[in-house]
Amino acid sequence: MFSSLNRARSLLSLIRYYSSEVLPQLTKDRYPNIKRGNYAVLTQDHLQYFVDLLGRNRVLNDPSDCETYNIDFIKSVRGYSQCVLKPQTTEEVSKILSFCDEHRLAVCPQGGNTGLVGGSVPVFDEVILSTTLMNKIISIDDISGVLVCEAGCILEELEHALGEQGLMMPLDLGAKGSCRIGGNVSTNAGGLRLIRYGNLHGNVLGVEAVKANGQIIDCLSTLKKDNTGYHLKHLFIGSEGTLGVVTKVVIHCPQKPTSLSLAFFGLESFDNILSTFKRAKKELGEILSSCEMLDAQSLNVVKTHLKLKSPIDDYPYYMVIETSGSNEQHDEEKLNRFLEGVMGDGLVMDGTVTNEPGKMRSIWDLRERITEALMYDGYLYKYDISLPIKDFYSLIPKMIERLGSDATRISGYGHIGDGNIHLNISVPKFRQDVLKKIEPYVYELTSQLKGSVSAEHGVGFRKPPYIHYSKSQNSIDLMKDLKKMMDPNNILNPYKVLPF
Amino acid sequence: MARVLVGVKRVIDYAVKIRVKPDKKGVITDGVKHSMNPFDEIAVEEAVRMKEKKLVSEIIAVSCGPTQSQEVLRTALAMGVDKGIHVEVSGPDYETLQPIHVSKILAKIAQQEHIDLIIVGKQAIDDDSNQTAQMTAAVLDWPQATFASKVEKGDKELTVTREIDGGLETIKCKIPAVISADLRLNEPRYATLPNIMKAKKKPITKITPQDLGVDISPRIKIISVDDPPVRQAGVILPDVDTLVTKLKEGGHIP
Repeated sequence: MFSSLNRARSLLSLIRYYSSEVLPQLTKDRYPNIKRGNYAVLTQDHLQYFVDLLGRNRVLNDPSDCETYNIDFIKSVRGYSQCVLKPQTTEEVSKILSFCDEHRLAVCPQGGNTGLVGGSVPVFDEVILSTTLMNKIISIDDISGVLVCEAGCILEELEHALGEQGLMMPLDLGAKGSCRIGGNVSTNAGGLRLIRYGNLHGNVLGVEAVKANGQIIDCLSTLKKDNTGYHLKHLFIGSEGTLGVVTKVVIHCPQKPTSLSLAFFGLESFDNILSTFKRAKKELGEILSSCEMLDAQSLNVVKTHLKLKSPIDDYPYYMVIETSGSNEQHDEEKLNRFLEGVMGDGLVMDGTVTNEPGKMRSIWDLRERITEALMYDGYLYKYDISLPIKDFYSLIPKMIERLGSDATRISGYGHIGDGNIHLNISVPKFRQDVLKKIEPYVYELTSQLKGSVSAEHGVGFRKPPYIHYSKSQNSIDLMKDLKKMMDPNNILNPYKVLPF
Repeated sequence: MARVLVGVKRVIDYAVKIRVKPDKKGVITDGVKHSMNPFDEIAVEEAVRMKEKKLVSEIIAVSCGPTQSQEVLRTALAMGVDKGIHVEVSGPDYETLQPIHVSKILAKIAQQEHIDLIIVGKQAIDDDSNQTAQMTAAVLDWPQATFASKVEKGDKELTVTREIDGGLETIKCKIPAVISADLRLNEPRYATLPNIMKAKKKPITKITPQDLGVDISPRIKIISVDDPPVRQAGVILPDVDTLVTKLKEGGHIP
C-alpha cells in the first residue's frame, strides 16, 4: 500500500517535471527585446467571421487545442495564439488573408511545423493558418513526371503516391513523415537528395500563392520551360511565408530508381572524407544520389538515446553514400569497384553495403534520426551552415575549445556533398550565457569563411539578426522593399526572416 | 568440433509492400526486392558466434530456390559462413515447394556433410509455415529445440532456452540436433565490407533436389491468394454525445 502510494507520488512529480520541461518558455519572455507589432487583438467578432467562413470544426480556439500549433518541433520557441484556422481551399485562404489584412490581424502560416528556426509558429498571438486540410493530390502525369498538389500534402504521402507511378519526389528529408510540401517549398527545404536533384528552385515548376491582401497569384505552370516575364514563383520559394501563402505547387519529379544501394563507412580523418567524396563523384558518377557525413558524437547520440545499432565499430567519422540507378548490375559493378578502391587505399577503414530495403532503412535511421535523438539531451542550439567544402568541419573543434564543459555534446553532421553542415550544441537546459558564447561567434566564423549562416533551414524567427553575415545591405534593402510592396501591412509571418 | 548447417531462405524484404497477382495465384515477386528471411539471419548469426567461440569448425548455408537465392547465400557467406549450397528449384516447382520438401533436402545434405547441428529460422516471413525445423528433426530422427532464445553448446549436448507461451522453458538435448531460432536469440550483424569482399571468393555449390534423390512433386495446389480486408477509414466526430450515439447505434455499448 505504502509503496504503491509512493510510486504514484513519484510518478506524479515525474509527470509534473516533464510537463514543465516539455513546455518551452514563451517566446515573448525569452526574447524580451522583441516587441509585439501594432496589430489588432483577436476578438469574438473576428472569430465569428472565421467560424462562419470555415465552420466550427475548422477553427480551433481552445488554448489546449492550439498548444501544439504554438510550439515548434524542437521546442525552442512558443507563441500564444488563440486561433488556428484550417482552410481547405485557396479561396478560403484568400478570404482569411483579405479579412486579416483589412483588420490588421497578424498571420502565421504553418505546414507540418517541422521547421528548425522557429519560422512556423507564432511569436506572439498571430492567427495560425494551418494547411493541414489542404492535402489533395490534383494530378500526377507519369509521362512528363509532373505532380500538381495542394500545399498541405505530406512529403512521404506524395512519395508513396508517386511511387505507384514509378516516380519519386526530388527531395527527401528526415521529417518526411510530417513535413508538408507547402512548407518545403516556402522554406526551399534541402535534404538528402539535393546533391543529385538540386534544390526546389529548380524542381518547382509552378506555385499558386495567396498574397497578404488575399489576391491569388496563379503561377501554376506545369511546363518545364516558360520564360514569359519575371519568374514570380521564385519569390514564394524560400521566402518562408513572408511574401505569400503557398497553396498549390507543381513539382517536376524524377523517375524512381529501380536499383538502390547504401553504404556506410567508418573513417579515420576528415581529409579521408574529402578524398572519399571526390572519388565517389568520379567513380560513381551519375548514380551517386546521396553523400552524407556524421561524426562520432552524432552517431553516439542515436546509439545512446534511440538504442540504434551501428553496423561497424567506432571511428571518429562516418559516411553514408547512396547510389540509385536503373540497372542493378551496372550500379553494383561501379559500386564494387569504388568500394574496393577506397578500402584498398585505406581511405575507408571499415563499412557495410546493402541493397535490402529493411537494412537500408536501418542505416538511414542512423543519419536521419540524429535531430530527434539530440532532443533527449535537453536544449539544443542548432546551426545549419554552408561552408566551402575544405572548411566543412572546421567549426566543430573551435566550438569544442570555446565551450568546454558548458556543452553536453557538440556534434557535426550533414550533407558533405552540398557543403552543408549541421552543428548541434546540446545543453541540459537553455542558458543565456551559453547562447552568448555561441552567437554571434559562430556566425562571425561562418562569415569569415565565406559561408552561409543558414544553408537549408531558413532564417525564420531565430536568425534575422544574423542575415547580414551572409547578405549585403543592398540585398537586404531590396528584400525589405519587396516585402513592403507585397505585404504593406506586414501581416504575413511578422518578426521572421528580415531584420527589423 | 561440430559442423553446422544453416537454412537460409530468400523472401520478399520485410520493408516491401506485398501485392497479390491479378490472377490471385500468388504474390508479385518480379522486380521486388528480396532479402534473407530475418529469422534465418538470426540462425546464421548464432552459428557464426559459435564458430567465433571455437565451438564449431565449419558452417554450411543451404538455400532452396531460383538462381537469385545465391544472393542470400552470399550474404550468409559475408556474415561468416564458410560455404554455400544452392539447391536449385525454380518456376512452378518453387511455387509449390513446401517445408516437407525442404526438410528432406536439409536432412539429406546434413547426412552427406556429416553435420552435427542444424540451425534454421523458426519460420519464413513469406509463408509463415513454422514447420521446417520440426520436420527436419523428424526425418533425421534427431532431437529438436525450437523457438530458441538462448543456446549453450556443450561437447555432446545443448542447453536451449525456448520461448513458450507465458514464459521460457530451458531444455537439454543431445547432439546432433535441430534448432529453430526465435527473434530474441541474437541481433544479427551487418556484413562488413572486408567480409563482403572475402565472401566473393567463398565457394557456392549448385545442386538439384534430384541429385539428392528428393522428390519435390507438389503436395498442394494453390486455389487463391487474397489481400487482407482493407481497414475502414475512421471518422472524426464533433463531440462526445455524437460518439456515444454512434457507439449505441453500432451496438458497442448498451
